[in-house]
Amino acid sequence: MSDTHAETVAYVAKTQYDPQPPPVASSGVLGWLTQNLFSSISNTIVTVLAIALIIYMLPGMIEWAVLHSVWNAESIRECREIITNAFGEGATGACWAVIHERFGQFMYGYYPPSLRWRPDLAAVLLIVAMVPVLFRTMRPLAVAMGVLLAAKALFAVYAELTGGNAELVGPTTIAAVIFGVLALVFGSEKTRPYWLWLTFAYPVAAYFLLWGGLGLETVESSRFGGFLLTAVIGVTGIAGSLPLGILLALGRRSNLPILKAICTIFIEFIRGVPLITLLFVASTLLNYFLPPGTNFNIVLRVLIMVTLFASAYMAEVIRGGLAALPKGQYEAADALGLDYWQSMRLIILPQALKISIPGIVNTFIGLFKDTTLVSIIALQDPLGLMKPILSNSTWNGIVWELYIFIAFMFFICCFAMSRYSMFLETRLRAADRR
Amino acid sequence: MAVAASTETPAFRFEMLWRDERYRSLTIQAIAMIVLMLGLTWLVNNAIENLAALGKTFDFGFLSQPANYDINQQLIDYTSRSSNARAALVGILNTLLVAFLGCVTATIIGIAAGVARLSNNWLVARLMTVYVEAFRNVPLLIWILLTASIVNTSLPSPRDYRGLDTGPVVVTNRGIYIPQPNFGEGSLILLIIFALSIAAIFMVRAWAKRRQESTGEQAPVFLIGLGLLIVPSLIAFFLLGRPISLTLPELAGFNFQGGIQLRDSLIALWVALSLYTGAFIAEIVRAGILSVSKGQSEAAFALGLRPNRAMNLVILPQALRVIIPPLISQFLNLTKNSSLAIAVGYMDATGTLGGITLNQTGREMECILLLMGFYLIVSLSISAVMNLYNNRVRLVER
Amino acid sequence: MNFNKLAIAAGLAGVCVASGAHAATLDDVKARGQLRCGINTGIPGFAFTDSAGNWQGFDVALCKAVAAAIFGEPNVEYVSLTGKTRFTALASGEVDMLSRNTTWTYSRDTDLKLDFAGVNYYDGQGFIVSKELGVASASELDGATICIQTGTTTELNLADYFRANNMSYEPVPIETETEAKEKFLANACDVYTTDASGLAATRSSYPNPGDYMILPEIISKEPLGPAVRHGDSEWGDIVRWSLNALIVAEEKGITAENVKEMASAAGDDPEVNRLLGTEGEYGAMMGLDQDWAVNAIAATGNYGEIFDTFLGPDTEIGLERGLNALYTDGGILYAPPFR
Repeated sequence: MSDTHAETVAYVAKTQYDPQPPPVASSGVLGWLTQNLFSSISNTIVTVLAIALIIYMLPGMIEWAVLHSVWNAESIRECREIITNAFGEGATGACWAVIHERFGQFMYGYYPPSLRWRPDLAAVLLIVAMVPVLFRTMRPLAVAMGVLLAAKALFAVYAELTGGNAELVGPTTIAAVIFGVLALVFGSEKTRPYWLWLTFAYPVAAYFLLWGGLGLETVESSRFGGFLLTAVIGVTGIAGSLPLGILLALGRRSNLPILKAICTIFIEFIRGVPLITLLFVASTLLNYFLPPGTNFNIVLRVLIMVTLFASAYMAEVIRGGLAALPKGQYEAADALGLDYWQSMRLIILPQALKISIPGIVNTFIGLFKDTTLVSIIALQDPLGLMKPILSNSTWNGIVWELYIFIAFMFFICCFAMSRYSMFLETRLRAADRR
Repeated sequence: MAVAASTETPAFRFEMLWRDERYRSLTIQAIAMIVLMLGLTWLVNNAIENLAALGKTFDFGFLSQPANYDINQQLIDYTSRSSNARAALVGILNTLLVAFLGCVTATIIGIAAGVARLSNNWLVARLMTVYVEAFRNVPLLIWILLTASIVNTSLPSPRDYRGLDTGPVVVTNRGIYIPQPNFGEGSLILLIIFALSIAAIFMVRAWAKRRQESTGEQAPVFLIGLGLLIVPSLIAFFLLGRPISLTLPELAGFNFQGGIQLRDSLIALWVALSLYTGAFIAEIVRAGILSVSKGQSEAAFALGLRPNRAMNLVILPQALRVIIPPLISQFLNLTKNSSLAIAVGYMDATGTLGGITLNQTGREMECILLLMGFYLIVSLSISAVMNLYNNRVRLVER
Repeated sequence: MNFNKLAIAAGLAGVCVASGAHAATLDDVKARGQLRCGINTGIPGFAFTDSAGNWQGFDVALCKAVAAAIFGEPNVEYVSLTGKTRFTALASGEVDMLSRNTTWTYSRDTDLKLDFAGVNYYDGQGFIVSKELGVASASELDGATICIQTGTTTELNLADYFRANNMSYEPVPIETETEAKEKFLANACDVYTTDASGLAATRSSYPNPGDYMILPEIISKEPLGPAVRHGDSEWGDIVRWSLNALIVAEEKGITAENVKEMASAAGDDPEVNRLLGTEGEYGAMMGLDQDWAVNAIAATGNYGEIFDTFLGPDTEIGLERGLNALYTDGGILYAPPFR
C-alpha cells in the first residue's frame, strides 16, 4: 500500500478554486424538474401518467365549463341553440344561465325580495361578530368591510353599465361603513372585550333580523332557503353545539356516576346513528313527543336536531382536549382552592379548548357540509331548491351546472375554514414555544 | 382560617345538601335523575296522547305483514309477498355489503393517496392535494349524486352491446356484470384444499422468519407461497373434474343475464363513499407517517434499507399506532354515511325499513326506532373493536 | 344563575304550549293570516318555481284558490313535503291541507286518518318506453329494468301488476323526477313508470319526445286529490267546496276575467248567483265571506283555466283533458250542485 502511494505523483493544490456553478441538471428549472419529477425511472413513469391524466381530463372540462358556456339565456333550449349555432352540431357546453337567473333564489330561497337586505345585514353583522372571536385585533374586520364595500361598488358600476339599477346606499352599506370605521379607530387588542359583547348580542340581533319582530315584518321559516338556510342551520349548529358540547364533555368526565352515565349514553347514542335518521325524527317524530296541539316549525325542529347532533361530536373533541391536559393542571387548580366551576373556567377549559381547536374546526366543517342532508327531508337548501327549479320546463334537463355551482360554493366556505384552522394551529404552536 | 381540631361529624343540617361537598354530589345527581325521569315521562306521555289522538297504535305487527314491494338487490331470497321484516333484513344486508366494500377500498385509496401526498414527485403530491381538498371540502351528498350521474350518463347501456361479443366482464350503466361461479359436486373439497394451502403459506412464512432470525438466510418466501397458492388447488381442480365453472353474463332480452350484477346504484355509492372517506384516511395516514420522527427513517436508510422496505418495516409499523384509532372511526362514519344511499336508490336499511316500508305502512315511530337501533348496534360493535385494539396497543407500549 | 336557567326553561315551555291547540283549523288559519299548504318538492306542471322564485303549478293553484276563498287573496305559505313527511306534516298540524299528488286510497282514508276533499286530477299509472325497444304493450316487459318513483303507490301497483302477470322485472327506485329522466334517457332503465300525467310531462321535456311512446296499459286508478286532517269536517268542507267551486265555475263559464263582472249583479242562473254570493247567504254556512267563491275563482281561474295554464295542450306538458273533462264533455269531473 505504502509503495504504491509513494509512486503516485502527489498533487497539491496551491490556490483555492473559485466556486463553480452547480451542474445544469441540479439547478434552475432543469434541476427542479429532475429533482421533483424525474428523479428515478419509476418517478418518471408516474409523472408521465399524471401528465397524461391531466391532458386527458382538463381540456375537455375547460371547454365545457368556460369556452362553450352560456351565461345569458332564457331557457335550456336557448342555451343549446346558442351553443349549437356557435360551435356546431353536437357541441356541448355549460348553461350557467340557470344560475344567473336563479342566483337570488339560491342565496335567499323564498325570502321576500323586498326584505332581502335583512339577511344581507345579518351576514355583515355575522362578520362583525366573528372577527373578535377569530382574530386578536379588529384589523381583519376593517379589511373585510373594505372588500365588501369595494365589491358593492363594483357591482353597482356593473349594474349601471348593463342598464340595471343597484341600490348603493342601503342598510348593508351603512353598517359596513360604520363597523369598518369603528374597527379602524378602535381596533386594537385592548378593545377586543368590548367587541366580544357584540358577538354575544349577535344571536338576538340575527334572530330578529331574519325572522322579524320588534317592528320588522315577520318572515315565516318556510321562506328560508338556499345558502341562507345553509348558513342559518350551520351557524346555529356551530354556536349552539359549542356550549352544549362543553357541558356534555365535562359531564362525561365528571366523577358523579349518574351524570356521567347520562352524558355518555347521550353522546354514544347520537354518535351511533346517522344524521339522516335524526332528521327523519325531526321531520316525522318530534311532533309526537311535544304536548298535543304544539306545532314546531320544521326549520326549528331541524335546528334542534342538528345542534344536538353536533354537540355530541363537539363533546368528544373537547373531552380529548381535557384528557390531554397534564394532571398537574387539575391538581394546581385544586391547590389554589378554586371550586369546580372556577377551576374549569379559569384554568382547565382555556387550555383544553386551545388544544382542541383543530378538532373543533373540523367538526364545524363537517356540520356545515352535513346541512345538505336537509334536502332529503324536503327543506329548500341549495340541493333541495334544485328540484322545483328543474321541474320548471324552462330548465328541465340541467344537472351538472347546479351540482358544480353548489359544490363550488361549499368548497370555498369549507376550504376557508380549514385554512383558518391551520393558521390558528401555527399561531398556537408559536405561542407554545414562547 | 382556624384549623379544624375536631374530627367528629357535625350534625346534619339541611343546607349541607348543597354546601357540603360530600352531600352535594348526591344532591346534584338526584336532581339530574329526577329531571331526566320527569323529562322522559313527559315525552312518553306526550307521545301516547298524540298517538291516541290520531288513533294510531304502537306495535310491531306490521313487520310480519307482506311488504308488497320489490327490491332489486337481494342477498337473500325475497319477493314482494315476503314480510316487512324480511325486507328490512334485505336492506340491512345491503347496508353491510356497501359498508364493507367501502371500508376496504377507502383504506386502499386512503393509504395510496396519503403516501403519494408525501411523495417527492411534485406533480403527484400536488394532484393528491387537489384530490384530498376537493373531497374533504364538498358535501358527500353532492359527490354521491355526481357519481351516480356520471355512472348513468357516461357508461354504455346494455342496448349498445347488441350484436357485440362481450367478454367475462361487462360494464354498463345498469351496473357491472362479472362472471358468477357455479359450485358443482366436489367444490367443497376444492375450497378446503384452497384454505389449507393458504394456511400452509402462513406456516412457511413463519418458518422462514424463524430461520432468518436464527441463521440470517432468506428463503424465497414469495415464490414458495405463490406455488402453494396455485399448484395444489389447480391439481385438485382438474382431478375433481372441474367442479367450479363460471357463468358469463349474456345479453338476453332487455338485460344481461347470468353473472353477478354490481348495480349502478351500488357502484355509485361505493365509489363516492370510498373516494370521500379515502380523502379523510389519506390525511390520517399522512399525519401518522409524519408523526414518526425523521430520525427513524434516516436510521432505516443508514441500515441500508431501500425506501420501500424502510416504509414497510420501520415507518408504517410505528405510524399504524397513530393511524388505526381515527381510521376505525372513519369506518364508522362510512357505515353511517352509507345511509345516504336513498339519494341514488340503493336499497339499504334506510331505503327499505326507513323508506318504502315506512311510507307504505305509515309506522314512522316503529320504523325509525328500529332503524336507529340497527345503526346503533353496528356503531357500538365497531367502537368495541376499536377499544379492544386500543387496549392491546396500550399493553404493547413500554 | 340557576333560577335564570329555570326561568328560561319555563318560558320556553310556555311558548311551546301557547303556540298549540288546533281545534278549529279555520280559526287557526284566519288568526295566522296565511294558509299553510303542503305541496310537492317539484314535479313538472304540478309544482315548480318560476324565475321570480314563486311557486306555480296545478296543485299550487288549488292552494291559492282555497286561500283566496278564506282571505280574499291568495295568502299561502308553501311547505314542500316528501312522500315520507307529507302525512305526518298534515297530522301534526304543520300544514292545513295537502295538495300534493296524493292518491286517495282506502287505507290512507281510514288507517292514516286523512280526509280527502275530492279529486282534482284523475290519473292512472302508465309506462313510457323508447320506441327503439319495439315494445307495444306492457305484457312484453318481462325482464325489463323499470325506474319507479319511491314513496308512492306506484311501486305497490307495479309489484302487483308484474306478479299477477307472472313476469319478472328489475325495479330501480329513484327519488326525483330529474334523476328518473337522466336514467331513462341514458337507457339505465328500459321503462319509466309513474302516473300518466307525469309521463306526459316528463316526455315533453325530452330532447326528442317523438322517440318515446307511452304504452296503452294504465295499470291502476290514481285519483289525486287534496287531503285534510280527519276530524275537522268544517275545514274539510271549505277545501272540498273550493275545489267544487272551480269545477262548477268551468261548467257555468265563469272565468277569472269575467267573475267580478258576473258577481257584481245577480244574473239569470240561480246556481251561479248562489255560487257568486249574489243570492242567499251561502258563504256564511262555511264561516266565510259572501264572495268567497268569487275570490277563489279570481285567484287562478276556473278548473279548466288552471288545467290549460299548467297542463293543457298549449303548454310544454301538453296533456289532453281525458277523464278530467267535465261530465258534459265526456269526462268524469262532476261537482255536486250548489244548492
